[in-house]
Amino acid sequence: MFEKALTGSRRYWVWVFILLSIIGVGFIAYMRQYTYGLGITGMNRDVSWGFYIGQFTFLVGVAAAAVMVVLPYYLHNYKKYGRITVLAEFLAVPSVIMCLLFIFVDLGQPFRIMNVILHPTPNSVMFWDAVVLSGYLLLNILVGWTVLGAERKEVPPPKWIKPFIYIAIAWAPSIHIVTAFLYSGLPGRHLWLTAIMAARFLASAFASGPALIIIISLIVRRFTNFDPGREAIQTLGKTITYTMILNVLFLGFELFTGLYSNIPGHMHPFQYLYAGLEGHGKLVPMMWISSILAVIALILLINPKTRRNESTLAVAAVVVFTSLWIDKGFGLVVGGFIPNPLERVTEYWPTIPETLITLGVWAIGFLILTLLYKVAVSVKEEVVYDKYGEKQVKLFK
Amino acid sequence: MSINRREFLKIAGISTVAGIGAPWAINEILNRGVEAARVLPGLEALVAKRWAMVIDTRKFRTADDYKRVMDACHRIHNVPDIENPKHEVKWIWTDTFEHAFPGQEHKYMPEDIKHKPFLLLCNHCERPMCVRVCPTKATFKREDGIVMMDMHRCIGCRFCMAACPFGARSFNWRDPRPFIKEENKEFPTRMIGVVEKCTLCYERLAKGLKPACVEESNGGLIFGDLGDPNSEVRKILSSTYTIRRKPELGTEPSVYYIIGGNENV
Repeated sequence: MFEKALTGSRRYWVWVFILLSIIGVGFIAYMRQYTYGLGITGMNRDVSWGFYIGQFTFLVGVAAAAVMVVLPYYLHNYKKYGRITVLAEFLAVPSVIMCLLFIFVDLGQPFRIMNVILHPTPNSVMFWDAVVLSGYLLLNILVGWTVLGAERKEVPPPKWIKPFIYIAIAWAPSIHIVTAFLYSGLPGRHLWLTAIMAARFLASAFASGPALIIIISLIVRRFTNFDPGREAIQTLGKTITYTMILNVLFLGFELFTGLYSNIPGHMHPFQYLYAGLEGHGKLVPMMWISSILAVIALILLINPKTRRNESTLAVAAVVVFTSLWIDKGFGLVVGGFIPNPLERVTEYWPTIPETLITLGVWAIGFLILTLLYKVAVSVKEEVVYDKYGEKQVKLFK
Repeated sequence: MSINRREFLKIAGISTVAGIGAPWAINEILNRGVEAARVLPGLEALVAKRWAMVIDTRKFRTADDYKRVMDACHRIHNVPDIENPKHEVKWIWTDTFEHAFPGQEHKYMPEDIKHKPFLLLCNHCERPMCVRVCPTKATFKREDGIVMMDMHRCIGCRFCMAACPFGARSFNWRDPRPFIKEENKEFPTRMIGVVEKCTLCYERLAKGLKPACVEESNGGLIFGDLGDPNSEVRKILSSTYTIRRKPELGTEPSVYYIIGGNENV
């Protein structure tokens, strides 16, 4: 089946080539980081995690969000998602791979990474995160590939795959819950030490992931002959409406407890993020952009007219994704370190090499996504009809 | 029984995996591997049930009192002198009261205490969060209470730095070796990308010597065994009011402070 990724239009190869060059630039920057040390990034003794771990955290959410498509389809027989389950699963695969790569580039001694397996440490949440992430990666490759293979032969998926599908559904939230536990179990980091962290992670994941699936579905429909289906996209729109509302509410709950209780330790990170602390406010503009985007997203999503219109829904999806990327991929991780345990403020901002490495990892993710989607879309274009006998390709290209 | 090529490869693959994996798994189950935490004390070594330190801040008055102590530690442990505070490595350092004991300060406290530097170092907690979060057991607690670092096992994930509520851990953001003024050949230097911190001079204890900072402190730092009711630290703790950093977090620091200004010695 993979051979389908090796033939394509000129546009396909240009895109692959662009991604490869970004990967190349990122790799050169990584070589530089590898010899100089992580001091080449904006991270420091006080803000000891930055952009890389932020991207990791955000992408775990995107990966987990596949369940928002797979669950209604397999557990509630929501047929409209039949065509796009593979798109969701094939989005999870590069997302998890990016997560693992972001961990890898963040390590001071990356080639010792196998120590995590050689010296398994069940009391470390990081150990469990490695376990659930690799499990989830394998499950999604297995399920996505098998189901797509069956579709290609125009036969029902083999029976043995069913248990794996159900395990994958239960497994998906676990990757994000465990990732939240990396943060929410640490004493002395007030921004993170909150029981609602895992819930907030899930809400933001189930908003940002499906938002990305909407964007990708619209792109796929425009550039290929495969049509993911208007109704599927509309239902995803409803999903992100509710999950985005939940996400904004959860953030509001955090702000209330932090600010109303008047406990300095709980107030400081919020003050730093949204107003600046002791004259330091590098993240303030970003956080306000995130908040404004969240409001715009809610207006576009709650209003039925703009949600039903595919162009405004597309805008809403981009806005949701961007807002949550800033909030989780940047503010949440950095904000947890400011002020430091001695109540001093050291700021963080990513450097150019750090940004190039980050872009490189994203490009690897997009390359894998492109290859997998090329295979999936080619199969669907050939099969013409979906499982339920409906045409899944457009009439004219 | 005939097998085709595909089946043969399958069986061969599974056998290879089993062949490599099984001895390792059996070994793991039988003797649980060798943990870095295993140490046997030598004959002359100082031993304790649980090491602890009392910092008598009244005895630190001049800048030199602090400098002597910090320099001794950093010199013998090859701690690099990196000026950029973002990349600095420090095992023992100072900060003012409001930063050393956040939340304990108030506007009307004595000026000399408000502005006085307090010595800070790893607290060698009884329930260390850094040890709990480390994914490779590169940081671990010895039976005598010392929270140790195995810099050869550390993968540099910095989870311990996020977990330590005392800011006691430093990461080697860049090669530390060019920043070591005079290398002590008796103690290893570190490489890029590993975390380090105070190890309570485990290497000196093994030779029967007290930690370097204690030795240089002129009685300002008192070191001893919490498990021994007759030890000096226990006598001080039962007779003098002492505080610890962030006791509310439940990590049970082993470093105690006698708070005093400059005049009331």
